[in-house]
Amino acid sequence: MSDKITKEEILRICNVQPKKCMKCGKCSGTCPAYDEMDYHPHQFVYMVEHGQIEKLMASQSIYKCLSCFACLERCPRNVEPAKLIEAVRLAVIRQQGKNHMTENDVPALLDEELPQQAIVSSMRKYKK
Amino acid sequence: MTYSYFPGCTLKNKAKDLDRYGRLSAAALGVELEEIEEWQCCGAVYPQASDEIATRLSSVRALNAAKEKGQPLLTLCSACHHVIKRVNHDLATNADIRTKVNNYLELDTPYQGETKVLHYLEMLRDEVGFDTLKKAVKNPMKGTKIAAYYGCLLLRPSGVMSFDDPENPSIIEDFIRAIGAEPVIYSQRNECCGGYMAMEDKGAAQDRVEKIHDSARKAGAELIITACPLCMYNLDVNGKENKLPVKYFTELLYRALGLEEAKDNV
Repeated sequence: MSDKITKEEILRICNVQPKKCMKCGKCSGTCPAYDEMDYHPHQFVYMVEHGQIEKLMASQSIYKCLSCFACLERCPRNVEPAKLIEAVRLAVIRQQGKNHMTENDVPALLDEELPQQAIVSSMRKYKK
Repeated sequence: MTYSYFPGCTLKNKAKDLDRYGRLSAAALGVELEEIEEWQCCGAVYPQASDEIATRLSSVRALNAAKEKGQPLLTLCSACHHVIKRVNHDLATNADIRTKVNNYLELDTPYQGETKVLHYLEMLRDEVGFDTLKKAVKNPMKGTKIAAYYGCLLLRPSGVMSFDDPENPSIIEDFIRAIGAEPVIYSQRNECCGGYMAMEDKGAAQDRVEKIHDSARKAGAELIITACPLCMYNLDVNGKENKLPVKYFTELLYRALGLEEAKDNV
């Protein structure tokens, strides 16, 4: 059995239908993290649909998404790209030893004012 | 009206002001907040994946505690509000999630999304009413130009959050008018501040923050208000030297209600 993550597995996790996309590009156009990403929200939709999962799993974009739901809100076809990005991120961090950040990384990133919300959310987004 | 109140982790620590001013102002307005016993952190990020069950449980426990008391659940932190409101929607609309959550929790009666979830601002708008609030204001902030910063979590996705018009919201501007100040409309008020990047990529967060301050400043704002501890941190700590001051909306509410003077006179 191959441990390769399939398109079907990604779509099972997030329940998104990338086929609905009409390629207007609004998701990437409105993404506040666009400049930080290598693959952009509209590319996630296209690449998942075409089974190019490994490239997305190796991408830094999955840690740059701000979960601000701008792409999801503004998509005229209700494709919900944010859910696809999260599903790819989960497909990575659910693997053994593939956490992007752990509690051991936190002390070095702290400052006096950093709210608990930031720490809790990083553990939820980047670690299993 | 009595609410089951969910303060959340940050309001017990770095955002004590958001909580304290909120509680004191609510009491002055005749709104009773009963803190939920043994509430657990909501996790701060809504689990978008439909196969995530464990990460939804703390929200359901709080929602069920409110249900058992027959009270609406009131939130104040934008992130708690976002997570709890969306998990509640899942429990009401997603049979698979509902079944798995209830199988795990084994409550006396299964939880099915019955609790009404309200943000403090919604309570002010829908329960107290901004007209009533206006009459209760003792120190109107006359002439102060204030930029309402919504950010992302309160508004989106609008189909679930039902908080306000996601692209042209007005609830915080109406709040600003009620306390006698002047709201300033600016383009970045409902765009993300980049708070989630603040730990790993400070530069990216700083760029986002500067766009927001710049947009508010150019519109003539003297002050930005928010309901989110992470936005507060990010807009302040990652702002440049000419950044605008950032306050929690509850602090302004507290001052407008004249509670500071009332305290000093005791």
